[in-house]
Amino acid sequence: MSQVIIQDDEVDIVIGAIQSDLTSFMEAWRPMFSRFHLIIVQDPDLNGELKIPGGFNLNLYTKSDMDKVVGSSSSTISFSGYSCRYFGYLMSRKKYIISIDDDCIPAKDSKGELVDAVAQHITNLTTPATPFFFNTLYDPFCKGTDFVRGYPFSLRNGVECGLSCGLWLNLADYDAPTQALKPNARNSRYVDAVLTVPSRTMLPLSGINIAFNNELVGPALLPAFRLTKEGKFRWETVEDIWTGMCAKVVCDHLKLGVKSGLPYVWRQERGSAVESLKKEWEGVQLMEEVVPFFQSVRLSEAAVTAEDCVAEIAASVKEQLGRSNPMFARAAETMVEWIKLWKQVRSQ
Amino acid sequence: MAAPKSLTPLLKDELDIVIPTIRNLDFLEMWRPFFQPYHLIIVQDGDPSKTIKVPEGFDYELYNRNDINKILGPKANCISFKDSACRCFGYMVSKKKYIFTIDDDCFVAKDPTGKEINALEQHIKNLLSPSTPFFFNTLYDPYRDGTDFVRGYPFSLREGVPTAVSHGLWLNIPDYDAPTQLVKPLERNTRFVDAVMTIPKGTLFPMCGMNLAFNRELIGPAMYFGLMGDGQPIGRYDDMWAGWCIKVICDHLGLGVKTGLPYIWHSKASNPFVNLKKEYKGIYWQEELIPFFQSVTLPKDCTTVQKCYIELSKQVKAKLGKVDDYFNKLADAMITWIEAWDELNQSGAAAGAPKGSAK
Repeated sequence: MSQVIIQDDEVDIVIGAIQSDLTSFMEAWRPMFSRFHLIIVQDPDLNGELKIPGGFNLNLYTKSDMDKVVGSSSSTISFSGYSCRYFGYLMSRKKYIISIDDDCIPAKDSKGELVDAVAQHITNLTTPATPFFFNTLYDPFCKGTDFVRGYPFSLRNGVECGLSCGLWLNLADYDAPTQALKPNARNSRYVDAVLTVPSRTMLPLSGINIAFNNELVGPALLPAFRLTKEGKFRWETVEDIWTGMCAKVVCDHLKLGVKSGLPYVWRQERGSAVESLKKEWEGVQLMEEVVPFFQSVRLSEAAVTAEDCVAEIAASVKEQLGRSNPMFARAAETMVEWIKLWKQVRSQ
Repeated sequence: MAAPKSLTPLLKDELDIVIPTIRNLDFLEMWRPFFQPYHLIIVQDGDPSKTIKVPEGFDYELYNRNDINKILGPKANCISFKDSACRCFGYMVSKKKYIFTIDDDCFVAKDPTGKEINALEQHIKNLLSPSTPFFFNTLYDPYRDGTDFVRGYPFSLREGVPTAVSHGLWLNIPDYDAPTQLVKPLERNTRFVDAVMTIPKGTLFPMCGMNLAFNRELIGPAMYFGLMGDGQPIGRYDDMWAGWCIKVICDHLGLGVKTGLPYIWHSKASNPFVNLKKEYKGIYWQEELIPFFQSVTLPKDCTTVQKCYIELSKQVKAKLGKVDDYFNKLADAMITWIEAWDELNQSGAAAGAPKGSAK
């Protein structure tokens, strides 16, 4: 399998700053990040200046940038909290975007070596995906493996990969009820595999450690679904889960792949699941309603770009989910606003 | 406070180990610590006058071609000859709830810590815990120790569904087809992927029969390994055929199929030129078979495995008969198989999913 060479200037690393002091985060990632351009976006609710160590090639965006770009054009789009990263996606002009939560540092693999999550995401995005038939030896484009007996030859070229979802050691991305019930549960299992999530299969696409092909699916990574009491811990959000399901529908429709597995990041201890649970359980309940919708939504043949797809999903959300809960109607509205904003920013 | 580690039940009176063989069963010595408590069903392929020596201390029944002909009479023509596909005869004559089948060139593998892997125990764990085919869990099997459902996984889907099949993998010689073997004769699978996962509903996969376990009560009648070997135009697609059939039926009945752990150590690389001859037609036919299986729908009134399988055989005849006459014969053999299965398994109820779950 020939090595795909990509230019460093095809990549943006987008970091949403929920905490003010990014020093230890940036230093931990320095060996992996320093080659690339970074976009750091400060949570508009976070006051004061961010502490960022030197030696990085980066652009910093804050609330005032958001106000300038979005201005009065939309009142439904919010970049508060974890959604601040979406402003970074909007501003990026690069082909590949990698985004990692600011409470994650490089993990070690089973040999004890530091994992270059950036390099792995790039590998995932630049090698084909195989969504139409499951390969039992996982990613067939990985060195040392291949398609197994019985895998149809016509499907062995694969399709382009639109999304790469990494995993987490230590604090796994459990919801608050699960982590509260098992307060000491930590993920210590390093599963050495990348696989393509099959077409038409939905999954919870965590935003903690994610990368995507901005050219192909960019518009689908959007801030749309906000819980009333959304907070600054992942246990208090489902925005990425909503976005992830939209993105999966888009990828399935456009015949792009979504990969899951490596790379791992090490997610640091932060917050309390019990406290988060007391504060927010609404998200958990709402997910029940949206899953059947996303599993069955189908887009028209006229939808040939990610923007088209998002517009159609938004219309379906409004029609099918919007009636039962105003939160969904608002999400649909926000999605439509986002596409408008996306096109507007791109045209400048 | 850590919960006590749950012990996996042995299931020694509920599980049969089915082994097809043509040469010898020396490999059982290595497996003895793990297999000895269980009853073995040996299906001897090839020359029935040859005596297969079974190592001392194993409880077993052995069937050669003469036995198969005697037991099934005219229906014996559905059981392949000179191909490991004959193993499915073992599934049919078993009286147990679970089957584990393994090839005679598969040995005990070691995990990355150097510990020997009890493949059978892992298969039992897989079969006794639910599957999650409707929504993909990014941390893989959520019922395994040390993991769980991730944030965003719907609570209404966390009970899972019964697991019908556990598909294990292979270290050392990977299960490649002949063309791949020819291009990469030295490639060995050295990657130990510490995961079990459910293959999502609506997704097909290549099911390898080398290291496979299943719940016979839930899916047994669909585990027909087809017409291969002597007198047939194709080989090395027995398990593939069964895998596509069982997946379609499991999807229809709301049952789960898991893949991943356990690993066994596959020691023998078969001759790629011999394999190419056997697989040749399959490589072409596969291109028709896959779209067929991907678009198969079974009517709501197919509520048992047998009904699903017979319906499937009708569709095979109708849609694949024109690809090659072989599929007409195969469709007939599928029906013969079900008839033979029902005859030999009269006392048991029709195999199928728990009531009311047919979709």
